[in-house]
Formats: sequence, C-alpha cells, structure tokens
Amino acid sequence: MSDPFDSIYEEIIRDRYKKPRRRRVLDGLPFVENPSCGDRVRVSIKVGDDGTITDAAFDGNGCSISMSSADILATDLIGKTPEAARALIERFLAVLRGELDVDELDELGDAAAFKGIARLPVRVKCAALAWRAALDAL
Amino acid sequence: MAGFVGAQFAEEIIFTRGTTEAINLLAHSLGETLQAGDEIILTEMEHHANIVPWQQLAARRGIVLRYIPISDDGELDLDTYQRLLNPRTRLVSFTLSSNVLGSITPAKKIAAMAHNQGALVLMDAAQAAPRTVLDVQDLGADFLALSAHKMYGPFGIGLLYGRRELLEGLPPFMGGGDMIGEVSLEGFTPNELPYKFEAGTPPIAQAVAMAAAADWLESVNLEALGKYEAALAQRLLAALDKIPEIRVLGRAKERSGIVAFTLDGVHAHDLVAYLDRSGFALRAGHHCAHPLARRLGIISSARASFGAYNTIEEVDQLAELLLRAKDDL
Repeated sequence: MSDPFDSIYEEIIRDRYKKPRRRRVLDGLPFVENPSCGDRVRVSIKVGDDGTITDAAFDGNGCSISMSSADILATDLIGKTPEAARALIERFLAVLRGELDVDELDELGDAAAFKGIARLPVRVKCAALAWRAALDAL
Repeated sequence: MAGFVGAQFAEEIIFTRGTTEAINLLAHSLGETLQAGDEIILTEMEHHANIVPWQQLAARRGIVLRYIPISDDGELDLDTYQRLLNPRTRLVSFTLSSNVLGSITPAKKIAAMAHNQGALVLMDAAQAAPRTVLDVQDLGADFLALSAHKMYGPFGIGLLYGRRELLEGLPPFMGGGDMIGEVSLEGFTPNELPYKFEAGTPPIAQAVAMAAAADWLESVNLEALGKYEAALAQRLLAALDKIPEIRVLGRAKERSGIVAFTLDGVHAHDLVAYLDRSGFALRAGHHCAHPLARRLGIISSARASFGAYNTIEEVDQLAELLLRAKDDL
C-alpha cells in the first residue's frame, strides 16, 4: 500500500487544504457530518441555463483529507451536467468502498491524490464526506 | 476474577462482552425496578457506554438523569454533586478514571455520599482496571464494570461485579439457555447467580484469557504500574507545556497515564497520521465522549495512552515530534 502522505499526493492534498480554490461561506445550507470525528461539510451546486454546473463551492471544518477532497470535488464538478457529476461521484465513492480498483482514480485528475487513502479504512470517511454531501445537493 | 476486583463471592461476577454490555445489563435489570421520576446521577466526563444505556432507560421508564459537572481542570464538582443528590436518587454511576482527561475520580467519597442518600453506586473501571488495585469493598462499589481488552487481555469479554444480595433481587437480562432453572410452555424460572445473567453459550476461551491477563497484572505490581504510567504522562505534560500551540485537556491533580491534547491549526486526525508514520499510535477523535468534547469546546483531540510497555525514551521522542509537527504539517 502506498503511503497516503507520499510525494506528489501529499503535495496535492496539502496545497488544496492550505489554499482551497472553491471554499466560501455558504449560509443556510445543511451540513453533512461524519459522526465518528465531528468533521462537517456542506456543498453548494448551481446549474446554469445551458444545463451544466456553473458554480460549486464548499464550506465546513475538518482534517486535511476531508477539506482537500471537498475542494477537488467542487473544482471537478464545474462544467459537468448533473448526470455526469453524479456518475463521477458514484465512481469515486465506489473506489472508496472498495468496489472499484484504486487505479480508477488515475482518470479523475487531482482526485488521484486519494489513492493511498482509499485503502485506509479509518480515513475513507474523511475523503468521502463532501462527495456524499454533493450527491444530496444534486 | 472475583479476587481481582476484591469480590467476596465468585457468583458476584457476571461475564459480559465488555464494560458496555455490563452497563446495559444493569440498565435493563436495575431499570425494571425503578419508577418514573426516580433519578440517576452520571458525570459530564463519562464514556458514551455510561451515558447512552441510561438515556435509553430514561426514555423507556421516565427516569430523570442528572450530571455532575466538571471544572475546566477536569475535576468533578462535588459541591454540585451534593446538591444533585436527593431522596429520588437511585443510582450514581461514574468512571474511576476519565478516558479523555485522565482524571482519577475520588471514588470512595462519591460512593459514601451516594450511600448516605440511600443510592446505589456503579463504577466504570474500564480505564482503571489495568493500572489500579481494585477492591469493591474498600471503594464502596455496589456494582463495577470492566473490559478485558483494556487489561492486555482479549477483546469481547468483560464483567459486571454486583453485590450478591442486590443481584439476587434483580430480574434477568437476556433470556435463553443457562439463565433458566426450569422452562415450560407457560414460562420459566431463573437460574441462580451468576448464570441468571449469563444467557447463551459463554465465551470460555476469552474468560480463561481474561483471567490470565488479570494474573499477569497482579504479578507485576499494579500499584507500581499505575504510578509508572502516571509518571510517563507527567513527563509528556511537562514537555507539552513548552509548546505554546498545544492545549492539554484536563489538569486534574490525580491523573492516570492518559494525555489528550489539541495542536492549534492542525486537525487531530492529521496530527495522529503524522505521528503514526514515526511509529506512535495515538487516537484521534472525540474518544466516545461527545458531551465532554462539547463541554471542552472542541471537536476532536489526539490522545496518548501509556501502558506497561512504554518507555521514558518514547515519551521524549513523542515530545520532540510534537515540537516539529506544526512546521511539518
């Protein structure tokens, strides 16, 4: 198993955690919580007139894994149709559940940073949190 | 195991799956003897295992739960406790040692105050068992619960101690084989102690292993072991006090070998993953004590829990790592 804090992946996670692109205060939206650690996140998704997602953002507090994962998710959703977004999220979550091989993540851009996490049961919930919130929002 | 907790009779020991099941057993069986409006006193620093079974009972039977508050240092407020005690108080249930703050509670005093009011006492000894000489007579415990896995023993077994005359007066918990005297199509008679409370096939291998763990603990001098772990904790505390970004949870005078803390700007899960890479296994989270975390105003913390196998060198290495953690993360 690769070290979840290894090399390039560690850089991506750290960068997204320290300098999130899609984080802003989202008053009024419900949080999705991870009861085992208290982390919480909420996700806002807006679909434009052309039927694609024109804005996605997140808000919350949690560890570097849950917050960087939320930022990568929000970035990746923009430009997708809700159907394509749902398919992407389901694919990511299926990897975390162990139903798909971790190499599937190689095709998902920065989400590949979670290849190491995907086989760490204690951290999988952190990585999945925002993605589950996005499914609710869609 | 009766000898390990200082019980007078072997049949006062009920084997359970652990502390959690022991407390649930009592909440069910003792619960059936309580009336709506009866009161149970817990503390703000209990593990969920000593809160939720009582909340379930409270919801079922209209029992009132009251909580002994803690000071910012993690000491129980015994003045408030005295005021919470009243003629409706039926049970006082508390931990001998907090699994987050490391506070060792003044158990004999708490028990004496409860008994003065005619209330029974349950002590959660899960944390204390591997580092304390337990004597239910001396402590004044009417009931006491512990888990083998905290005593270097196997997972999936623990026990409930109860004073014989009290256990004899309580209805059985689970129904099934072993717990019965005679069964007809119309009903059953319960077996004698301890079988009355031990329905189903018992975990024999685990029971033997738990007894072996208890024998080992007694052979290494439990009192000295408890002091050793507390000294390791004190050494870590002294080192942590030199790191301004670290907040230690709990400053009780009497402490066990547990030190929980937060590091400003670093999530406990990230910190623990960082320490894990150097071979230090700390736990991150709320440590099964949500109400306590809320009381302390935190979401999660990292917790070092020292045992018989830890060394002074390891404490110093951990302190050194924590000094670097802020820059590395």
